[in-house]
Amino acid sequence: MSTTYTLRSKHRRSALRTLAFLSPWLIGFGVFFAYPLISTVYFSFTHYDGFGAATFDGLKNWSYVFNDYPLFWPALRNTLWLVVVMVACRVVFGLGIGMLITKIKTGVGVFRTLFYLPYLAPPVAATLGFVFLLNPGTGPVNSLLGDLGIPAPDWFTDPSWSKPALTLLAVWGVGDLMVIFMAALLDVPKEQYEAAELDGASPWQRFRYVTLPNISPIVMFAVVTGVIQAMQSYTQPLVAGKVASGIIGNSGQQFEPGYPDKSTLTLPQLVYNLGFQRFDYGSACVVALVLFALSMVFTALLMKRRGGLIQAGE
Amino acid sequence: MTYALETPEAPEAPKPPEAEAVSPAAKVARRKALLQWIAVHSLGVAAALFFVLPFVFLLLTSLMDNQQTLTRDLVPHHWAWSNYRKVFDTPGFLTWWKNTLLYAGLGTVLSVVSSVPVAYALAKFRFRGRNLSLMLVISMMMLPPQVIIIPMYLFWAKQLDMAGTLWPLIIPLAFGDAFTIFLLRQFLMTIPNEYLDAAKVDGCGEFRTLIKVVLPMARPGIAAVALFQFFYAWNDYFGPQIYASDTPASWTLSYGLESFKGAHHTDWNLTMAATVLVMAPVILVFFFAQKAFVEGVTLTGVKG
Repeated sequence: MSTTYTLRSKHRRSALRTLAFLSPWLIGFGVFFAYPLISTVYFSFTHYDGFGAATFDGLKNWSYVFNDYPLFWPALRNTLWLVVVMVACRVVFGLGIGMLITKIKTGVGVFRTLFYLPYLAPPVAATLGFVFLLNPGTGPVNSLLGDLGIPAPDWFTDPSWSKPALTLLAVWGVGDLMVIFMAALLDVPKEQYEAAELDGASPWQRFRYVTLPNISPIVMFAVVTGVIQAMQSYTQPLVAGKVASGIIGNSGQQFEPGYPDKSTLTLPQLVYNLGFQRFDYGSACVVALVLFALSMVFTALLMKRRGGLIQAGE
Repeated sequence: MTYALETPEAPEAPKPPEAEAVSPAAKVARRKALLQWIAVHSLGVAAALFFVLPFVFLLLTSLMDNQQTLTRDLVPHHWAWSNYRKVFDTPGFLTWWKNTLLYAGLGTVLSVVSSVPVAYALAKFRFRGRNLSLMLVISMMMLPPQVIIIPMYLFWAKQLDMAGTLWPLIIPLAFGDAFTIFLLRQFLMTIPNEYLDAAKVDGCGEFRTLIKVVLPMARPGIAAVALFQFFYAWNDYFGPQIYASDTPASWTLSYGLESFKGAHHTDWNLTMAATVLVMAPVILVFFFAQKAFVEGVTLTGVKG
């Protein structure tokens, strides 16, 4: 009898201890995640401009965003473009640079630091720099291309080149993937390469049948986290559009979102446009929920992967 | 987790060339190794140029006089170091520095202090709902900030009247940051339980074990997450845009930099000097803490 009692009190004490350790996050989870998420769902069914009370509006915001809001579909298309092209370019290039760095024997520390640095460049600064470097008339890049006789695109001022320019910026900052791939490549058992070489495998066959199977969990990880990041693209496309258009907020002029021709508009920007420029909080919440649904699909993918990725168990 | 990041060995390093090659086969192998060395390092130099040249162009442009920025000459005609002075003299620039340091510094301290016990519990305690908690942490980590910004803004601006300050960005960090928790948890998983058991045998409670045993061992992990948090705040554009865009006295460097371009419309040289000044601290910090940083990036991709 008394043993059960002490056992139970021991259990209770350990539960209290766990709660105490988790308490900062439990509060954070409630106040800064669960509550605003539920509010977002609620607001999406109301008309609210920040004054007075929110009034129930049924599916009006939802139908407005999908049927009548002229920026929604262009932004969704752009976001998908970035998700496919930007992620593919970053993963392929990151893997290439990761393989290169494992092959370099002289000055590897210097090379690695140089390859990694752009990843650290603050996004606003890097974007501003790229808009200048890729400036159509007199930018250094187009000057060089001109000297080489290569026709130079108009980059951030041409609707069909603005997203490739953003991709170039993202590929420049591939240092995070390089480090992850480098670690994975160094983990591939050397005996497997030696065995493949004895069997007379070509470099491509060694890559295809030894390297790739060994690092495929990390490639998947890079793809899924890359997709989530690309879906959240906000600062770079916004700043690029603003700077390239020559119009900056606070100058009184209203900035045409997604300059040039809506080509740099992304879903997160719509939340800002609807909520903080048009004060249509209800519709802003609809876009927010679309974004939420998309990111949760890929987060679930990330958590479901077995064998080497984020695992909830031990 | 402990990859030999400092001196990576190539997976198939050729044998060190013998002093005197005897057989023709060895000669061929040596020539092949040399050719491969040249090919790999030329590719390395080409890649290095791609990564470094943008920085070089920015630096050079920041030292030109304004007429030259829109010409095709890449090297400054005369080195206008005074551009940097002009940037510092711009009204507000020093305030942006101060605000950024407050947001990044205080935010980092708060988020690390509040996240350590949570990460420790998720890594080492056994309790019901642990996996669920971890999944919720990951969901929070992956949540785009825009998803919940409308209610959050209304909460801070209408209920607490804190719009126009950076506190709506700093205060939440005192309640655990999901990314910090997750990364620290990954790191703490690698600390063997024997150390914790030994501390308990010596009569330490969980809290004392955390302070006396775990924290000293977790220093590299803490350094990595602190750096990430600091850089996150340093680079944050969306947060200051939402809460402080109407209050220049609360702007941060990342937010102010863009308006700097607006104010100095055609002065690309000054804008580039300001850009360099925003990049420089991050890069300096990186040089001093390279190892912690690289370890942190690796941590994000490692199994738990």
